[in-house]
Amino acid sequence: MKKQVPVPKLIFEQGRPGRIGANIPVPNTPEVNLTEAVGEIRETLGLPEVGELEMLRHFTHLSHVNYGIETGFYPLGSCTMKYNPKINERTASLPGFAATHPMQPVSTARGNFEILARVQEILEEITGFPEVTLQPVAGAHGEMTCLMLIKAYHESRGEGEQRSVILVPDSAHGTNPASAARCGYSVKSVPTDAAGNTDIEALTGLLDNSIAGLMLTNPSTLALFEPNIEKICEMVHSVGGQVFCDGANMNAMVGTTRPGDHGFDCMHLNLHKTFSTPHGGGGPGCGAIALMNHLEPFLPTPVIRREGEKVVLLKNRPQSIGRVSSFFGQFLMEVRAYTYLMAYGKERMADISRHAVLNANYVRERLKEVLPPAHDRPCMHECVLTAQQYKKNGIRALDISKRLIDYGFHPPTNYFPLIVPECLMIEPTETETKETLDAFCDALIAICGEAISNPELLHSAPTTQIVGRLDETAAVKNLDVRWKPCKSCP
Amino acid sequence: MAYIPHTEEDRREMLATIGINSIDELFREIPENLRVHGQLNIPSFLSEDKLYSHLAELSRRNSDLVETVCFLGAGIYDRYIPSTVAAVIQRGEFLTAYTPYQPELSQGYLQAIYEFQTMVANLYGMDLANASMYDGATSMAEAAIMAHGVNGRSKIAISRAVHPHYREVLRTYCWSVGLDIVEIDTEGGITSNFTPVDSEAACVIVQYPNFFGVIEDLGKARDAARAAGAMFIVVADPTAMGLLKPPGEFDADIVVGEGQPLGIPMGFGGPLLGLFSCKDEFVRRIPGRIVGRTSDHDGNNGYVMTLRTREQDIRREKATSNICTNEALMGLAATVYMEAMGKNGLRAVAEATVRNTQYAMKKLTEAGGKLRFQQRVFGEFVLEIPKSPASVQEALLKKGILCGLPLGDYYPELKNCLLVAVTEIRTKEQIDHFAAELKEALK
Repeated sequence: MKKQVPVPKLIFEQGRPGRIGANIPVPNTPEVNLTEAVGEIRETLGLPEVGELEMLRHFTHLSHVNYGIETGFYPLGSCTMKYNPKINERTASLPGFAATHPMQPVSTARGNFEILARVQEILEEITGFPEVTLQPVAGAHGEMTCLMLIKAYHESRGEGEQRSVILVPDSAHGTNPASAARCGYSVKSVPTDAAGNTDIEALTGLLDNSIAGLMLTNPSTLALFEPNIEKICEMVHSVGGQVFCDGANMNAMVGTTRPGDHGFDCMHLNLHKTFSTPHGGGGPGCGAIALMNHLEPFLPTPVIRREGEKVVLLKNRPQSIGRVSSFFGQFLMEVRAYTYLMAYGKERMADISRHAVLNANYVRERLKEVLPPAHDRPCMHECVLTAQQYKKNGIRALDISKRLIDYGFHPPTNYFPLIVPECLMIEPTETETKETLDAFCDALIAICGEAISNPELLHSAPTTQIVGRLDETAAVKNLDVRWKPCKSCP
Repeated sequence: MAYIPHTEEDRREMLATIGINSIDELFREIPENLRVHGQLNIPSFLSEDKLYSHLAELSRRNSDLVETVCFLGAGIYDRYIPSTVAAVIQRGEFLTAYTPYQPELSQGYLQAIYEFQTMVANLYGMDLANASMYDGATSMAEAAIMAHGVNGRSKIAISRAVHPHYREVLRTYCWSVGLDIVEIDTEGGITSNFTPVDSEAACVIVQYPNFFGVIEDLGKARDAARAAGAMFIVVADPTAMGLLKPPGEFDADIVVGEGQPLGIPMGFGGPLLGLFSCKDEFVRRIPGRIVGRTSDHDGNNGYVMTLRTREQDIRREKATSNICTNEALMGLAATVYMEAMGKNGLRAVAEATVRNTQYAMKKLTEAGGKLRFQQRVFGEFVLEIPKSPASVQEALLKKGILCGLPLGDYYPELKNCLLVAVTEIRTKEQIDHFAAELKEALK
């Protein structure tokens, strides 16, 4: 049944000239002649004119046609959609944190620097690397920062020009090759073997002294732990390359195994995935990076470090790559992450990965008859399944996903990793109950039955939302990315 | 553990279904020598009551700017934030959603983003805006790289009056991608010497108002860019757009900015919001996400992420940028802010800022300071004082005033100067107090 919610109007179609949606500050300083003060004044300003309640209802209405983790199960693979504890929101909104300015004197922000130092220290221990910086503001930004460290390292050894290639597995996230390109590297693809591991023979053939580094996701995007990881790191090191670990899948490893012990030189973390800072509809991300000592001289400035009793800010670092974002990274997200880390502590930390992996394997097992796993091995924190068998019924992975919406679930990730045909990538996370997983698996089993008995149900899905499948081709062809009061308006 | 709901019975049933006896067996592919044995060396867990007190205690080690009156700006501003902003962005349907890959379940967010894009474009007087970038600094660096992509030129010309941190980030990005930077010098606080802008320049970047609060002559900067065939990029403060002629009216090609003043707490500088807008003709080169309006098979209007072939998950190394997760929630905060304030509210905020700034300029010069530059300013100005700014800053902190930013570290020639910001929420009494204490400190 179609959702009984009226289609929201645009804010620009609401309100009336003269309205205002906030009780705004009124200055008590003397009036001034504005033109004298600032010069020419603009004539028009295309913003709405709505009252406060009218405006608030608009957003409440919009929220009713949006789906978050708090609405229901959100098994979007590779995104770690776990519960975002409410206490984190409370601590991050303490005025002592929220109302601080990044350029206020260091002596007046001791609490903030203490938080940053503690998050760094805990992440160092969890990842097994001696250094962490929190300046990168998202996952892709963290990847890019790691590649910059690698670039600076090679340059410092006089090998900057020579080392121009970054190796990226064919299963990698798109951000990996895009980040490499952003650092001026050319990208070569490393194939995956039939078992789902890095193809060692192919890797051997690719290795020479033009290699700047390898970007490896571990566990891979196939949700498999790379059993040859130590050997792979040694191979890349033997030709002078560096190995970066894409930490998107850290949720499989927290408290169980540490990338720093695997042979990697650096890694990034997505605190918005593994450490529960909210995804916010596509950000803020929060991308710490961790690294070995040989990359430390190149860290972005300022470096935050504990020296004795105090946490200090080091700016004069001649070999640094420089600043990668405006200030200290996503500070209020670090407060949330710290709150989360301290809710687990040393006693409970490993429970995260253990239950994430348990949940994923449970889903994998329950679905294996209707949606076989891409590889016949235990998965880590997510499972990668294929819907290939329904192609003969005219059903694609996307059709199954869209039908899941009608059953009340957010779909998993589709068609990624690219090397698995008709791929469904399901990441339940550790915060879901067995009942939720069972209901989800029951729905998928039913849908796979419908795929054979009544494929039209899947093709026309979803039918329960305020819109059906949208015409994305028309969206590109008749590009409309800004509302205008009339067709010919500027 | 509250966040992990499994009971002993759940675990037993699930393991039985999988056909194993212990969770450890699921990790058998991890070589034994790579596993953590025992506990990590980190602090013990805290229950929620203790956790809150612990964080509250850490927060009290800061001097926050509720207690201390803030005259510090330099790109991050202590502005009025309507209560509705937090109320909206804390709604779980928004807060705990992710990128709207499934548009049928994300119409609320997608529509809000479409409204955001519209309002940012209107604010800057541009054809369109994306949604969104990390912060003002990285947004500017992306704009420079985009200019290089458009005209193939490799020299980025940037005014020395652009925020020093933005220039540092630009330097990092340009080094990594192989672009050169030349700085355009200033005179009397305004960007003036455009001689480095030649036929090799990919773009000219100026800030509006600039780092010193001075309202740049955008016409002059544009003419220099056009004469060299370079792109014209402006970093613009969104609050100032409530009053000033927008960069679009000066024919800017790309306008970027820091969205923090639009309803986002200062938060020690993060999370922030990168604004990015440009002319229609460059839409296929724009980095990051864009939402477009389209329809479903029944003709219902709806919204989707569009022009996706520019993006990293589809184009991989040929993408226009590596940006993926951006600052959506901060974009939503800015959307609520812009809709709450609206046309009338933003104008009023900009006017109040000007009034308070003009009053502070008068009072602080009477108290012994001197205006370093004789230019028109918006919201911020450079005050020269006859004593070390760092010592004055310290003295005034004891009186509950954060008096601004000592500029010597960034501009050696301004070592006797403070950058003072005055927003719409400062009062006559606070400014008078600042002036009185400054007079005292300068004795």
